[in-house]
Amino acid sequence: MSRVGWIRIAVLVIAIGLLELCCRVGLIDHRVVIPPSQMADALIRLLISGEANDQIVRTFGIVVIAALISIVAGFALGLVIHALPRVRQSLDPFFATYYAVPIFIFYPVLIVIFGLSVIPIMLMGVATAIVAMIIATLNGLDRVPQVLTKVARVHRMGTIATALLLKLPAAAPHLFTGVKLAVSYAFIGVIASEFILAPAGLGRVISDAYSDFNNRQMYALMLLLIIVATAVNMALHVVDQRWAERRGIAKL
Amino acid sequence: MIATKRAADTAIILIVLLLMWQALHQLVGATALPGPVPTLAYFAKLVPSGRFAENAWATLVCFFYALILSYGIGLAIGLWMGIHRLSGAVGEPILISLYTLPKVTLYPVVLLIFGLSLSGRVTFGAMHGVLPVALLTMGAIRNIPPVYLKSARTLHLSRWQTILTVLFPATLPEVVAGLRIGFTLTLLGVLLAEMFAAKQGLGFLIINAMQLLQAEEMMTVAVVLFAFAALANALLLWIEHRLHRRV
Repeated sequence: MSRVGWIRIAVLVIAIGLLELCCRVGLIDHRVVIPPSQMADALIRLLISGEANDQIVRTFGIVVIAALISIVAGFALGLVIHALPRVRQSLDPFFATYYAVPIFIFYPVLIVIFGLSVIPIMLMGVATAIVAMIIATLNGLDRVPQVLTKVARVHRMGTIATALLLKLPAAAPHLFTGVKLAVSYAFIGVIASEFILAPAGLGRVISDAYSDFNNRQMYALMLLLIIVATAVNMALHVVDQRWAERRGIAKL
Repeated sequence: MIATKRAADTAIILIVLLLMWQALHQLVGATALPGPVPTLAYFAKLVPSGRFAENAWATLVCFFYALILSYGIGLAIGLWMGIHRLSGAVGEPILISLYTLPKVTLYPVVLLIFGLSLSGRVTFGAMHGVLPVALLTMGAIRNIPPVYLKSARTLHLSRWQTILTVLFPATLPEVVAGLRIGFTLTLLGVLLAEMFAAKQGLGFLIINAMQLLQAEEMMTVAVVLFAFAALANALLLWIEHRLHRRV
């Protein structure tokens, strides 16, 4: 590993060590934060006991479904919008504003419409993720080199063949950036909704544990969410970087 | 010419959104989702009321403090990590993974530390805003053409002179982009905090209206916040574009 990588690990280890020390010495009240070692211990026990398995499966299941819907529907919408320049131009201000509006303010509206069930949560996940995928699809299609379209014409390829054999692979690196954003946004959308109000799920269990002063359970599940979110984002980031490198080479 | 076209496009979008709202209202019924017209009527009644003013003020105060913290800390971190290359290389991936984390997970910790207080909501709002400001500021400084810094050295500018007369103007457009995203996310953080646990503020008002099944009030507050966020974003985008053109 590079020197920078080692320094980074050292910084993180020292930070966690300091937190552990402060908690053990009593500088930080254990009713506020429990030592990181106890969080890990609580998480392992919780996973072995299987008490929270239903909630874990439920939450991550919703995230996966919301991300999949966003990716597929976002890509399809992106294709359609890209084919209609006038519509796209009109939608520009919409795209520029979309992520500026705290869309969670509409979550209660969804609850009133659909009831306190899994549907509003999934819709919030899709709502936070889908526009990122649409924008990435548009960007990707914009950057398909002109020469490729000409090659397609030279080879007398049809619209569908051009789309599948040329445009999709050429736009793929940008599409992957969309996939990466869609997954992490769906995660945020679903978890935040579950925190605000939900019948079940990890967000609900954590906020219940907070209300019951059950710090071990709360920190165990928080740690789980943080580990999963970080691992997924890092994996996607690595793949994205690799695509970006290929994109760089392709440009030369 | 371009401006009028953009205005027309914005108007089209607004009309389409209103039509979709009306259609959804017809579909699910007035108790679940009041249409645009009743909402507007309720808006005229709610906004002048003391209750609305009180809660809007609570949100604004909290947002203001959170924004100052986001900008102050974010700019400081971004400046430091942009100038000091090693810290930047070490810290950037850490900041990025914190940025993609659903920070709402950590709100109970903030609540345990600060209690149900203004400082808790301010901290949570700032947690959202700091990262984009820091990341974009750092990126802006790193992307400065090296020749600018060389000329600063040739002119024997001091560290602070370099920051004020070279770094600051050269990075301004990108930094403003960071401030815009920071604005958005800080607002989101403050509202989430109010929705999760608070006894005042517009976020609380929405959740309260939902529990009392007052759909009109809920939609009205949501629309007010939507308009506020959209207008503020448009203003900051406009400033950003002007700065880009100047450079």
